[in-house]
Amino acid sequence: MVGLTAAAVTSGEAAAQTAGPEAPSSVPAPEPFLALNATEAAFVVAAVNTLVPADDLSPSGADCGLAIYIDRQLAGAYGAGARLYRDGPFLRGKPEHGYQLSLTPKAFFTAGIAAANDWTRKTHGASFDALGEADQIAVLKAFETGAAAFDGLSSADFFALLLGLTYEGFFADPLYGGNRDKAGWKMVGYPGLPAVYRDAIAKFKGRKYPNPPQSIADFS
Amino acid sequence: MVTRLKEVDAVIIGVGWVGTVLARELTRAGLHVVGLERGPRRAPSEDFTLPGIRDELKYAVRGELFQDPQMETLTLRQASSETALPMRRFGAFLPGDGLGGAGSHWNGMHWRYTPFDLAARSHLTARYGAKAIPEHMPIQDFGVSYEELEPYYDRFEKLCGVSGKAGNLRGRKIAGGNIFEGSRSHDYPNPPLQRSLAGDLFATASAGLGYHPFTAPASNASQAYVNPEGASLGACAYCGHCERFGCEVNAKASPNSTLLPVLFQESRFDLRTHAYVRDLAYDRQARRVTAVRYLDTRSGEEFEQPAGLVILGAYVFSNTLLLRISGIGEPYDPATGQGVVGRNYCYQSGGGVQVFMEDREFNPFMGAGALSVAIDDFNGDNFDHGGLGFFGGALVSAATTGGRPIQTRPLPPGTPRWGREWKAATAKWYNRSFSIGGSGASYPHKDNYLDLDPTYRDALGRPLIRMTYNYRDNDRRLSAYVTDMAAKIARTLNPTHIASAGARQGDFSVIPYQTTHNTGGAVMGTNPKESVVNRYLQSWDAHNLFVIGASAFPQNASYNPTGTVGALSYWAAEAITKTYLKQPQALVDA
Repeated sequence: MVGLTAAAVTSGEAAAQTAGPEAPSSVPAPEPFLALNATEAAFVVAAVNTLVPADDLSPSGADCGLAIYIDRQLAGAYGAGARLYRDGPFLRGKPEHGYQLSLTPKAFFTAGIAAANDWTRKTHGASFDALGEADQIAVLKAFETGAAAFDGLSSADFFALLLGLTYEGFFADPLYGGNRDKAGWKMVGYPGLPAVYRDAIAKFKGRKYPNPPQSIADFS
Repeated sequence: MVTRLKEVDAVIIGVGWVGTVLARELTRAGLHVVGLERGPRRAPSEDFTLPGIRDELKYAVRGELFQDPQMETLTLRQASSETALPMRRFGAFLPGDGLGGAGSHWNGMHWRYTPFDLAARSHLTARYGAKAIPEHMPIQDFGVSYEELEPYYDRFEKLCGVSGKAGNLRGRKIAGGNIFEGSRSHDYPNPPLQRSLAGDLFATASAGLGYHPFTAPASNASQAYVNPEGASLGACAYCGHCERFGCEVNAKASPNSTLLPVLFQESRFDLRTHAYVRDLAYDRQARRVTAVRYLDTRSGEEFEQPAGLVILGAYVFSNTLLLRISGIGEPYDPATGQGVVGRNYCYQSGGGVQVFMEDREFNPFMGAGALSVAIDDFNGDNFDHGGLGFFGGALVSAATTGGRPIQTRPLPPGTPRWGREWKAATAKWYNRSFSIGGSGASYPHKDNYLDLDPTYRDALGRPLIRMTYNYRDNDRRLSAYVTDMAAKIARTLNPTHIASAGARQGDFSVIPYQTTHNTGGAVMGTNPKESVVNRYLQSWDAHNLFVIGASAFPQNASYNPTGTVGALSYWAAEAITKTYLKQPQALVDA
C-alpha cells in the first residue's frame, strides 16, 4: 500500500509538470500494430468489436484495447510458439489431441484472417471489416460452428483462437494492453489487486465487495 | 564429452516435495547429498512477490511455472491400436518445473489416504467376494498399511502446518471433522480456514440430507505458524491465487517455504539447478545404479555423478521415463500382462455441477487453494457398491479457490459465448455462482499404461513417454454417480440453474484442465511381478535406488495425492536411514 501511495503521488506530480502549452493532446494517437498488417488489424478491430460490442456494460472491444492486446500477444513469445512442442511428424489427430499443426499461433492466426476475408468476400462480397453489424454477427456465428468452409483450415479452430485471445485481453491485467481502464474487471466486479481478504471474507460474506478494481500498475 | 565427478553419498533427482524431504532426512543422517533440479532456482522472496505474482495471464494461462513442452512432453493415444500424438501444449494436467516442483504451485489440498485406499484389493475382495474385481482392473494394495503410515502423515502435516479439524482422533469420532478418515494420532497443527458462502451453503445442504460436511484440510495456513524445522509460514490472505502461482506470504506450504530455507543452511546439501537428468547408469549384475548423468542446460556440459544411493523423486512421467531409458525393471506389456514399468497408470474421474443463484453474492475471488467444505459419504468404500457397477468413490466438495476472471466465468447452459447477451450474462453470473465438485478415484485398467513413444523425442533426444489412456466404464459410471450426488445436494438449495460440469464421459482429451493427479507407472507393492518398488519404495532391480512419488500409487484414490507423497517420502527416508544405510541391500526379499 505504501508503494501505491508513492506511485500515485509521483504520477500526479508528473502530470502537474507537463500541464501548460506543451501538454499532450487529450486525443491519443492511434497505436501502431506490431504483428498485424493493416488488413489483419482491420479484421481484428472489427472482430473484437463484434465479440465485445459497446453497451452500458463496457466500451467496445477495440476501445478496451483488445485488438492491441491480440497484436502484442502475437508479436511476442506466445505468438512465436513459446511452450508449444513443434517437432514433427505433424499428423491429423482426434479432437482430443488438441492442436497438432506446425504453425506458430501468429502464423495460424494470420492465415485464419486471410481465409476469413476470402470467405466473406465470396459469400458477402466484402472483407469482414467492411460488413455491417448484422452480417458480422452472422459471419462470426458461421465461423464459431465451423459452418463457414474456409479454404485450407478450420473456421471453428480459427474462431476458437480469436475468442480465446479476446477473453484474455478483456480480463487479463491491463498491463498487456487490453482490459483498458479495467473495463472487463468492472463489468464482472472483479477487484483485482492486492487481493488480501483475510478480514473481508467474513465481513463481505454474501454481500457485494464494493472496492473498485486495482491492477499491477497501481502497485508498481 | 562427459565430465565424471567425484562420488557422493547420495543423489536426488528432482527437488520438489520428495527431493526436499529426502535431502533433509539424508543430510540429517550425515550423508553428503547432491540435489539435481532440471529447472531454475526459485525463491519466494524474489519470484513470488506482489504485485507481479497476481498476473493470471502469465502464471495461470501461459504457465510460467510449468514444464515447458518444448523441452519434454508426452504423447497420447486412447488405445494401443492407435498412433499416439504429442501433447503440443499441456492442458489436462500441468506438470511442474523448477525448484520446488509442482509443490510450489499446487492448491494445498492436503489429504491422507484412508485405511481402505491403501489396501483396496484386500478390502474389496473381503467385502464383495474374491471375484468382484474384474480381471482387467489390477487394483492392488500399497503394501504399507494406514497404521504403519500414520506417523509419517502426521509428520508431513506438521511440516506443512495443515489447517483442519480432526474427525477421528485415536478412534474417537468428532463431529465437524471428517468422521470417515483413518484414526489420527494428533489433530491438525492449525485450526480450519474460514468458510466462504459457497462452503456454508454446501454444509447446510449436505447436512440436511444426512451427510457429514467438514472444512477440508488445507496446506494454506489459517494463522502464522512455525514448523518443526523452524521455517515460518504466514497466515493465508485468501487471495485466490494458489494453484498455478507461488505464494507471497508463504501461507501455502511448499518445498520452498517449509524445507528449502533449512536446506540452504545445510553444508552437506549441494543443490544444482538447470541440471537435466538424462539417464541413470545401471549395473545389472550388481543390481545397483552407479551414477546419474545430467546436462547442465546453462553450459551444455554433460556430467556423470557417481553416488552410493540414488533417489528418483521427479514427477510421475519422469520417474517412469528414467527407469525405461536406463533399462531398470521389465517394461509392462499389456498383451501378456507381464512386466511392471509403466503399469497401473491412473488419473482421476469425477464430475460435478455448477450452481447458479441469482439472489446470492459469492465473491469467488476471496478464496484459497484448499478453501473447501467437503463430504466423504460417497468416497472410497464408505457406501455400499453392491449393484453399482463400479468401485471407488469421490470427495464431494464446494471449493472457493479463486475467481480469476480469464478462466473463471461460469454461465448457465445455452448462454451465447460472445456479444451483448454474453456480456449481460457474464456480468450477472460472475459473482452469483459456485460449483460442487466430485474428485473421483481412478482405478487401474490393463490397457491404461505408460511406455516409450517410437517416434517423438524430447529436447535431449530421448523418446517421449507415450500415454495409452482412456476413461473406462468404472470411471464413467463413478463420474455419473458423483455428478448425480452433487446435483442432489445442489437442488436442496433451490438454485436458479444447475448445470452439469466436467463429468468424465466420452473419451479423455488433453485440452481442458482436469487435474494434475497423475499416478502410477512405478508402483509399490509386495510382489515384484506386480510392482516396480517394494513397500519401502526401493527398486526390486537396484537396491540403492528408491523411486518415490505418486508414481508409486497402484491406483489413485479420490484424494489429492500430495499428503500421501509426503508421508511415503518420510516412510522411505526412515527405512533408508535406519535400516538400509547400515546394511545396503534389498529391504524385502523378492
